Amino acid sequence: MAEAFIYDHVRTPRGKGRADGALHEITPVQLATQTLGAIRDRSNLDTALLDDVIFGTAMPFGEQGSNLGRTAAVNADYAQEVPGLQLNRFCASGLEAVNLAAAQVAGGFIDAAVAGGVESMSRIPMMIDGPWVADPQVSWKAYYAPQGISADLIATLDGYSRTDVDAFAVQSQVRAAHAWEQGYFNKSVFPVRDVIGEVVLARDEHIRPGTTVEALGTLKASFAQMGEKGGFDTVATQRYPQVERINHVHTGGNSSGIVDGSAAVLVGGAAFGKSAGLKARARVRAYASIGSEPTIMLTGPGACARKALKRAGMTPADIDLWEINEAFASVVLRFQRDLDLSPEVVNVNGGAIAMGHPLSATGAMILGTVLDELERRNLNTALITLCAAIGMATATIIERV
Amino acid sequence: MKTINLTVDAEGIGLAAIDVPGRPMNVLTPEFNEDLAALLQRLADDSGIRGLILTSGKPGAFVAGADIKDMVKRFDAGISAAEGAAMSQALSQLLRRLETCGKPVAVAINGLALGGGLEVSLACHYRVLSNGPKVQVGLPEVKIGLFPGGGGSQRLPRLIGVQAALMAMSEGKSFKPAEALAAGIVDEVVDDDKVVEAAKTWIKTKGDPVARWDKKDYKIPGGGSYHPAGAQIFMMGNALIRKQSYGNYPAVLNLMHSVYEGLQVPFDTAIKIESRFFCKTLATPQAKAMIRTFFMSMQAIGKGSGRPAGVPKTDVTQVAVIGAGMMGAGIAYVSALAGIKTILLDRDQAAADKGKAHCEDLLKKSVSRGKMTQDKAQGILDLITATPDYAAITGSDLVVEAVFENTDLKEQVTKQAEAPLYANGKDAPIFGTNTSTIPISLLAGASSHAENYIGIHFFSPVDKMMLVEIIRGEKTSDATVAKAIDYALKIKKTPVVVNDSRFFFANRCFIPFTAEGMIMWSEGVAPALIDNAGRMTGMPRGPLEMMDDVALDLLTKITSETAKAMGDAYQPIPGEKEVAQMVADGRLGRKNGKGFYDYPEAKGAPKTLWSGTLDMFPVTQAEASPAEVEELKKRLLYVQAVTAARCFEEGVITNPREADVGSILGWGFAPWSGGIISLMDSIGIAKFVEELDRMTKRYGDRFAPPQLLRDMAARGETFYGRFDKKAAKAA
Repeated sequence: MAEAFIYDHVRTPRGKGRADGALHEITPVQLATQTLGAIRDRSNLDTALLDDVIFGTAMPFGEQGSNLGRTAAVNADYAQEVPGLQLNRFCASGLEAVNLAAAQVAGGFIDAAVAGGVESMSRIPMMIDGPWVADPQVSWKAYYAPQGISADLIATLDGYSRTDVDAFAVQSQVRAAHAWEQGYFNKSVFPVRDVIGEVVLARDEHIRPGTTVEALGTLKASFAQMGEKGGFDTVATQRYPQVERINHVHTGGNSSGIVDGSAAVLVGGAAFGKSAGLKARARVRAYASIGSEPTIMLTGPGACARKALKRAGMTPADIDLWEINEAFASVVLRFQRDLDLSPEVVNVNGGAIAMGHPLSATGAMILGTVLDELERRNLNTALITLCAAIGMATATIIERV
Repeated sequence: MKTINLTVDAEGIGLAAIDVPGRPMNVLTPEFNEDLAALLQRLADDSGIRGLILTSGKPGAFVAGADIKDMVKRFDAGISAAEGAAMSQALSQLLRRLETCGKPVAVAINGLALGGGLEVSLACHYRVLSNGPKVQVGLPEVKIGLFPGGGGSQRLPRLIGVQAALMAMSEGKSFKPAEALAAGIVDEVVDDDKVVEAAKTWIKTKGDPVARWDKKDYKIPGGGSYHPAGAQIFMMGNALIRKQSYGNYPAVLNLMHSVYEGLQVPFDTAIKIESRFFCKTLATPQAKAMIRTFFMSMQAIGKGSGRPAGVPKTDVTQVAVIGAGMMGAGIAYVSALAGIKTILLDRDQAAADKGKAHCEDLLKKSVSRGKMTQDKAQGILDLITATPDYAAITGSDLVVEAVFENTDLKEQVTKQAEAPLYANGKDAPIFGTNTSTIPISLLAGASSHAENYIGIHFFSPVDKMMLVEIIRGEKTSDATVAKAIDYALKIKKTPVVVNDSRFFFANRCFIPFTAEGMIMWSEGVAPALIDNAGRMTGMPRGPLEMMDDVALDLLTKITSETAKAMGDAYQPIPGEKEVAQMVADGRLGRKNGKGFYDYPEAKGAPKTLWSGTLDMFPVTQAEASPAEVEELKKRLLYVQAVTAARCFEEGVITNPREADVGSILGWGFAPWSGGIISLMDSIGIAKFVEELDRMTKRYGDRFAPPQLLRDMAARGETFYGRFDKKAAKAA
């Protein structure tokens, strides 16, 4: 098997996912186009060397619909012969795109691809989509509950109090603010510009430095009403009848932020690196995706990480840094518990609670974040993982070269 | 046409008056279907008819629904899936033809229109509803394990939107005329004698023969299945249905499927899909059992079908209730409510007055809720005389003794009361006891007229619980049973006749439910898991929370009395010592705010499991796989059912309909099953015995199947097949 290398990665800053967010005026295709342009331009890349552009979009509707990978490639003036693909593994799409590219390179089927994702949540909000949620046939059988309920269910089963999850949220904020201050993200975040070239956004704008546990404690539990009045608590306790009552602890302050953003990772084999004159920064050692229990939905990362580690012939002790998407605070706390990890090596530069989770772009973003940090600390291995809807998770292990 | 009378006026407007012979209210019989087809043919052939009005030829009601009796007959005869499909499609296809016949059809709804009756109306182009006092419209099919399969599940959402339609159909909600108009279900509400005229006016002035959903620019109000708003409704609907039904009612789920899928296709395809889901629902054991119990048996027993024949009807005009505690006061209340002069006795005036005060509280509540006027309430209260003087019993048709559950006390009271009762009193009065555990024949030993002595066992709270167990002692005469039933019917209770044995029928079958919960607790099953599993069986509550509701001190008392009475024969239940300890420590249940659960004082604050239960029995099973949860549910249901089977074997109860109705009204036994006997028939007796044998090995003799079940299994019998005399007569 050939090796799949990561040569480069870029990301946009994350704009607030509301009408007053800085990136709200930028269309999804524009975001993706600028991202594809950025990764090409920084390496002076001859895009004709690419075999594909693989982009995730979790809400592929309207102006974010159809095949944004190909659409943006054409729009970014990539070489005509570079095709494009849109894929959807929900929140894990960005990482899945990297894995798909890596698999094809390692299998010797392609030389290189740009993999990533784009999500403009301010323009195309998370909406009820697909039969899993609405079709009684499926939602009944699978005991469907919205992810916020799932997160609260995890907290209830594991015994995380409101203070526990709020404290974790503060940690994410502190670390993200620190990382920005110290410039840890500078080499990989490119500013998004408007049509006349003015910078629209250069920094993640969702961060709230100075957040305290006390302040977070005043926020209303976001999913209490839908759980209690909407009946979803009963769905959860029917599926997990050992639970007397769901403890609703998640709020807007300890759940991933809704944001706009896009990211791309340049994946290729050794030959590509030579042709492009680029030095590989890391190799993709292994990856995995799994299905997990759909009602609790978000507990897959632990088992998925183990699956990837096994495939790589590694153990958790072999991993220097961990990136797990902060979908909700309880997701990370469960992951840390599952793998017995010290918080010192998990999401060391903060995560989606502070900076936001642009659904299908996040996987590519956090891979880039941890790669930069490995280089900064001169460490070697990282495992990146995200939970995804309908009970899934994806994980990737990278190793510096 | 046998069921429809058609007249055509000079202006060419036809009036089709539905009048099904031999039925007090119109129902949609196979003959009606035939006549509807003939009517459609006439409409097509006769160019002189320019429009049609449907109405009822029977004043007071339009159409009460489908012919359930006919459906039940076909069930019992055993219809195939294909036949079921054909049956459910027949009406639907005819109504569609009516809707698309090209001529305007209005319906003058001159009375109640339920189920199929409303479905017929929805297929008409214009609906006028009478504003009469008893008029209501609705689609209540879910209440008998079905859903509106005659086009209702497709027309109602297209008419009033998905959310409103789903809520109405999943609850079987009834609408009064003003509500129906506000909801958009009908187009116009007028005085009863103006409905036909209003319908005619519409035909002459507007007369649009195209249903709104057949028009090109039609949009479902509020959005369909994948419209953002529509999808949201399904998402929430799925959860709410799980919350309400715990997945035990396939009808509600099939209704959701029918609406969700039907909304995405053209109407003619939609009603095909609806028919298939309806057929699937018809075939469920829930439908068969719920129709039988809720539609047929409840009505029949509520009319006194268990009453011994040949005894002239009696009218109780005076009753003496001895014991003015909660039960006695409740019995006095329901008696006075029925217009019966009531003497309420206790050991002294103060105690008797307290009981009457309780009646006054109940009446005050009714007045404040607008259910009765203050004058009426006072009139009812005046019927109750509170006194410690037993002489006041004279002139009573019956006594109901409701003193403490103590044999000596009851015997003493009986002797004391019978003197004035039989002294120049009414012809053959009867003496009833409300005992819940002491055998009637034993207590009858203290009576001077054992043939007039009977158990009349009420359930708490008396003003709400519909069931009354009528318990025959060894010597109780048929006449006494008949009179007790007459009394029960007069006070609007549903009487079930039971033969004498400890705990009779209801409590005997119910107590194993809570006992099984205690046994699970003693095994180390997490209390949350026990009560969740209990709720998921369809019982009104889990066993532990139910014990809190009944009161732990009452249960402990019953346990110790039973142990005393049974001596060596008594088998202690694991956990009973621990419950007794809880009572000794002051944890009595909901009534004093602490039992298995803690009940916070703050209004609306939820109860929480008391952590002390974990100290008494440490949890060894905190989680359960779906299969393990099913097993917990099975234990909780089957332990009750096998007890009911033993009751049959011993002749404690002999009528499966009364047992089914009694189980649901008496202790809320999983209504989706149609009752405790229907549950066993649905499982299949052979399969049930097999399971019981397995569970006996695993959990103990309390699951051991009685010989009766083995015999029935060997012969391929069902309870209804073997014991239901009506069926035998009808065959």
